[in-house]
Order: sequence, then C-alpha cells, then structure tokens
Amino acid sequence: MTTTPTLRQERDPAMTDDAALVSVRGLTVRYGRRTALDGLDLDLPAGQIVGLLGENGCGKSTLLKTLAGLYADHDGEVRIAGHRLGPQSKAVVSYLPDRSALPERARVRYCLDLFDDFFPDFDRARAEALLSHFRLDPAMRLKEMSKGMQEKAHISLAMSRRAQVYLLDEPISGVDPAARASILDGILHMLDADSLLVVATHLVHDLETSLDSVVMMRHGRVLLTGDVDDLRAEHGASLEQIFREVYGS
Amino acid sequence: MQFDTGSPIWGQLVAEFSRRIVTGAWPTGSRIPGVRDLAGELGVNPNTVQRALAELERQGVCRSERTAGRFVTADTDRVDALRAELARDAVDGFVRRARGLGMTSTQAQRLIEERWHDHHTDPAAGA
Repeated sequence: MTTTPTLRQERDPAMTDDAALVSVRGLTVRYGRRTALDGLDLDLPAGQIVGLLGENGCGKSTLLKTLAGLYADHDGEVRIAGHRLGPQSKAVVSYLPDRSALPERARVRYCLDLFDDFFPDFDRARAEALLSHFRLDPAMRLKEMSKGMQEKAHISLAMSRRAQVYLLDEPISGVDPAARASILDGILHMLDADSLLVVATHLVHDLETSLDSVVMMRHGRVLLTGDVDDLRAEHGASLEQIFREVYGS
Repeated sequence: MQFDTGSPIWGQLVAEFSRRIVTGAWPTGSRIPGVRDLAGELGVNPNTVQRALAELERQGVCRSERTAGRFVTADTDRVDALRAELARDAVDGFVRRARGLGMTSTQAQRLIEERWHDHHTDPAAGA
C-alpha cells in the first residue's frame, strides 16, 4: 500500500518551529474553571536570556511549570529541543520554582548530594564555584540563611546542571538590590553561550541590561514579545516604561 | 558604567568601546577582552556586547581572528579617524547647545579657550 502525502507534511502554521529550542502551540492549562494559559503560542531560540514579564496571575508560573513537565494535564503542543514533554524534555530542563522544594533543615552540602543523585547533568564543581562566588559555606543549613543567601544557594544548584533550558521563577524577588546584582552576575557568568534562560520576574528594572528579549503576558496569552534593544529603539523608552505603558491601560 | 535604558544598549556599548580605543585604554593592535568578560564587567547581556563589537568590526575599527580572538585595528590612521569622528560629534553637540543659548561663534570660542585649562574639565585631574 502506498502512502499519499497529506497536507500536514506541507508547511503547517500549527506545527511547532524546529529551529526554536522551546516551541509552544495553542497551550491551554485550566485550574478547575479558571483558564491559566489560553491557547498560548511561543518560540524561544537557543543562546538567549528571556524575561518573562506580567502581572500576578497572568500565567508566568504556570507556563514555566508546564515547560518543566510538571503539568501533564494540558492541551496544545510543546517541544523542547525537539522532545515532547516527558522524561526526555525534563532531562534538558533545569527549573527553579518560586518556592523552595528543598528541605529547610538540610545543609547545602546535602543538597549538592541530592542534585548529584537526581541529575546526571549536575556539575558539582560548577555548583561549588558558584557557592564560593556567593561566599556561601556548604556546611550551613538553609534555614540558618538569610533570604538572599537561600536564593543564592538555590541559584547555585539550578544553574549547575548542564541543561539546555533554564527556567527561573522569580529568582531575585524578596532580595535586596546588592544581592540581586550579585545573583544576576553569577547567572550571567555560568550560562553557556548556547543555552536558553527564561526568567519570570516583575523586577523589570534590575534585568534591563541583562536580557536579549522579553515576553510580556496577560490573561494566559502573550501580549508583546521582542528583542529588548529593538523595543527600546521603537518606543524610545526603557523596558520598565514600556512595561508600564503596556500594563497601564 | 551607567546605561541610559531608554535607548538601545548596544549603541551605547559602541560608544564606550570606541572611547576605550581612542583613549588607548585598548591600545592599537591589542587584543580585546572576551565577550563574556566584557559582559560580566559591564553587567550586560553577552549578545549585546557581541552586537556592539560586530558593529566596530563593520566600521573597520577592530577585526576578528578565528582562533586568537578580536583585536583593535593596527591601523593608527583608522583610530585617528575614529577620534576625529567622536570629537566632531561632541563639538556638534556643543555648537547646537551654544547656539540654542544665543551665543555667537566668537563668544563660544572664547568660552572654549577659557574652560580648556580649567581643572574641572581636565580628565587627568579626575572627573
């Protein structure tokens, strides 16, 4: 029996973009009667630092959790490095949730062991280098640390997987400006040139000069996306001002 | 370095790197620091640094060597031309503002002469 070529083999706009490291089509996630993501489309290339911006409840965290493979219950098509969501996509994604998933009483050294056991791509030497960059003692317990120190410990772990995609959910909120700068510096230094970093944040100002592009979300959809320098040139304004314009209305 | 976040960062980096080249902070023919190091030093995105350096390359002010890295041009005439260009831009800005204030060319020139040796305007004395 011969197969006849179908229309789907032609260029189909509903198909995900193979060139993108992360490609999302028509992604919908519902919590009961509330729609958190509403048919969202997105393509993110490798080698970029992307700011995921938007008000509380716009779907940023849900999008990151879904990309991290934590919500099996969704509609739409997601590809990460060509893989559908599942063990293969999870293997190339390092996700830092907005709330700590590590045991409070644990010492940092124990967390290093955990990551070593859990993730084949964990680079312990890199984590130790980051911890020392942040002047953190691996013998300390998480609960003995300030909020800024805890955030630095989490970043050190998450950024030390040799992943292709890093998803950080509000990594610098609740941290003082000096610690924010130090955390961003650590992230920028550790990021491989061909990986993708997506940072969800409402602190646009702190990330102004660090980002390649932004994705602004509202009501579970993408409102605006683009290269940050192009947006600045186009609007004659800073990201923070553009953000206010977009969400002020 | 402080950036004006209301205009493209890469253009501001082109200006900063040009300044480094004409002042000799990056001497003629010398190797330019790596993209990652510059990004870390300035607190900016590495791709933005890359874009600025590519622009300087396009202008013939620096060049890439496949394995050795990126270098300031060894052509001193090119660096002199860049210096003249930057100086002309600065003068244009001054002239525009002086005219806006209603000054004549003679008054403006006298003012430059007066201020030239003022220690406030001497970069060697520190800003």
